[in-house]
Amino acid sequence: MINFNKFYKLFGVISTSLVILSIILLFFKGLNFGVDFKGGTLIELRAKDNQTNVSILRDAFNKMNLGDVNIKKFGEENDFLIKIEKKDTSENIIQLIKTDLTKSIGDTYNFRRVENVGPKVSSELLKSGISAIFLSLVAMLFYIWVRFEWQFSLGAIIALFHDVIITLGLFSLLNLEINLSIVAAVLTIVGYSMNDTVVIYDRVRENLKKYSDIKIFELTNKSINETLSRTLITSITTLLALISIYLFGGEILKGFSLAMIFGVVFGTYSSIYIANPILVELRVSQKTILKEETE
Amino acid sequence: MLYFSKLRIILISLITAFFLILTLSNFSNFGGSLLSKKINLGLDLQGGSYLLLEIDNDPVELQKLQNTTTDIRNFLNNEKIKFTDLRISKKSIIFNIDQKDKDTVESFFTDKNSEINPYYIQYSSHQFDLTILGDEFQLKLSEYGLIEIKISSQDQAIEIVRRRVDEVGTNEPNILKRGNDRILVELPGLDDPMRIKSLLGKTANLSFRFITQNDNDTFGAETLKFDDDINEALVSKRIILSGENLLDAQPNMNTQTNETVVSFKLDRVGAKRFGKATSDGIGKQLAIVLDGKIVSAPVIRDAIVSGSGQISGNFTFQSATDLALLLRSGALPAPLNIIEERTVGPDLGQDSINSGIISLFIGFTLVIIFMIYKYKIFGLIANITLLINLFFLIGILTLFEATLTLPGIAGIILTVGMAVDANVLIFERIKEELKDEKNNIIAFDTGYVKSKTAIIDANVTTLIAAVILFFMGSGPVKGFSVTLGVGIFTTLFSVYFIARTLTSLYVVKNKEKINLI
Repeated sequence: MINFNKFYKLFGVISTSLVILSIILLFFKGLNFGVDFKGGTLIELRAKDNQTNVSILRDAFNKMNLGDVNIKKFGEENDFLIKIEKKDTSENIIQLIKTDLTKSIGDTYNFRRVENVGPKVSSELLKSGISAIFLSLVAMLFYIWVRFEWQFSLGAIIALFHDVIITLGLFSLLNLEINLSIVAAVLTIVGYSMNDTVVIYDRVRENLKKYSDIKIFELTNKSINETLSRTLITSITTLLALISIYLFGGEILKGFSLAMIFGVVFGTYSSIYIANPILVELRVSQKTILKEETE
Repeated sequence: MLYFSKLRIILISLITAFFLILTLSNFSNFGGSLLSKKINLGLDLQGGSYLLLEIDNDPVELQKLQNTTTDIRNFLNNEKIKFTDLRISKKSIIFNIDQKDKDTVESFFTDKNSEINPYYIQYSSHQFDLTILGDEFQLKLSEYGLIEIKISSQDQAIEIVRRRVDEVGTNEPNILKRGNDRILVELPGLDDPMRIKSLLGKTANLSFRFITQNDNDTFGAETLKFDDDINEALVSKRIILSGENLLDAQPNMNTQTNETVVSFKLDRVGAKRFGKATSDGIGKQLAIVLDGKIVSAPVIRDAIVSGSGQISGNFTFQSATDLALLLRSGALPAPLNIIEERTVGPDLGQDSINSGIISLFIGFTLVIIFMIYKYKIFGLIANITLLINLFFLIGILTLFEATLTLPGIAGIILTVGMAVDANVLIFERIKEELKDEKNNIIAFDTGYVKSKTAIIDANVTTLIAAVILFFMGSGPVKGFSVTLGVGIFTTLFSVYFIARTLTSLYVVKNKEKINLI
């Protein structure tokens, strides 16, 4: 048996500081929103020759008066990702860019992907992304409140917030792009983290019924240990799948799988070190669940 | 309890075979109606273009206000009620009424059988909201009046958009309403939507009007620019003929001038009006106005009574073809703006499919190896279940001809990673039970029973996330929620039917074995 409960305090401090740090990052550094949420144009370009490089492209695009243009390499040798901040969805903008680009670097490229999002659509997508995340948190809160006692539901929801905030904080720190698929990843993290917490809570509740003489401090530790191998095995298989997506699933899924990898790691950690200490703090005992049942 | 009838085993084998065949039907052609079903590939996988268009309803709204203003003028004149200062200001119709007529006029607009301000029973609202400030009456389109306008212009616009896209002849376009002022156009296989975008960007409002020399034309006149944006001409507001009277339009070559022209045919009403106008107006210049610009302004030499004619301008063959197409498909009720475009080239789509399949294969293999290492025989059972689960998942997507996107593939891979969870929960529980329980069969049975709540709770939480994503997400992300959500059901089914049958067969055969798992 591993004494997880010995480190409740230590990890409590660490988690709290990480959350505060993440909030500070989110406030002051903010998130790197992609065209989905900020509007603008994104072009994935593949060069047909080996001469084309970032600086040649940058010179060509700077001549076009498109405002801020961000150009970087993207995956394969001759692939580049061009982000244009200016929001212009007029029907011939892409054509104009192509004409200008061919003038400066010749017909040595093709556009593999073009995404052009107007300001109205991007603000709507942002709004619906945020409300989807909040809605999922509320739905989880509701589910857990129906299935468990309020102390459990508080613990689970704090663990969830912890995971979501730290994942976003990490995205802010590493300046990774937030797009629609990241919202999908965050929602899946919410589901996964909840899933992990619920399995341990299920065991805590079962043990509360079984043992009236074990204090919650010991009891959470016992429950974590009893479910530990499941927690680890599931995390490992999920991580194996995610790492495979990250390494072999192509550039487009990189951000998504990375967010999920962070989320699974934090979710596993938080179901042990956030969800359980909260039960201890709230002095959950056999009475807590018996009271609920007689009511 | 632990006895499974032969029937059950046969049934499960049949179901598995069914979904296996469905899965395989994606990779080859079996023929037959059920087996010819295939998963649809999303635009991000097969390549193609996604365009979101927004209807600019301001002109339609203004038109409505103008028409209603005319109606009000006629109506009040008929009723012999004096009014002053009838005008449109800031999207409101405003007029003044004498004190004594106020109540009568108010009832004209607020009566449920009002002729001038229709009442929508389904919304319990009038078309216009009335505000009275002293002697001043203000009419503003009500919330529902506005919605009615939007819905009707959307209905008209989608029809025109469909015609234009069909005329270009793309492969199975998908044209759908979004909200009440947007139209979604999906064009699979199209890697450069340039031509369609320029066709959809034009209202194609065509009119034939005389050029006048002075402002005192009875209908009023306006100065319009020519196509070249330099020359101007004063054009009467009287419309001789509009695009509505066109029966057909085709690009053509004028053999005399060697110019590319658009020749058109008019309907009966149009031919009559055109004949009359041209015979009256010999020697005058007739402007052909398209979307507020003069395409050309030929001088009328003879009366044209045949009901057909030609539009000349500086056309290339392509632009003449496009103009003819626009004229054939009719004018949009309002301008359309492209507010979102996503285009994926076919080679990127193919790359995405390849990398999706590779990562699925590698992820699956890693999970399989890990499970065998961890659980030996039971790992093998979990793996067989996992493989069958994959057939179920892909089979169901095939059965419903669902759309598979790149995030959707990620959802399948993620399902592979998370699907073993239920089996792991059960196996771990059986292990625990075996510590106190010497009878393998009883331990096995209690393991299944006791792990049930945890499994259900764990899967419901993921399902909640998937459902919310399905309703709030858009495009490719929706594809992710579909595979994730369907994956939960196939996982539970395969765990409780397939894995349970297999484990029970094994446990019954090894009743006496020590260290079962």
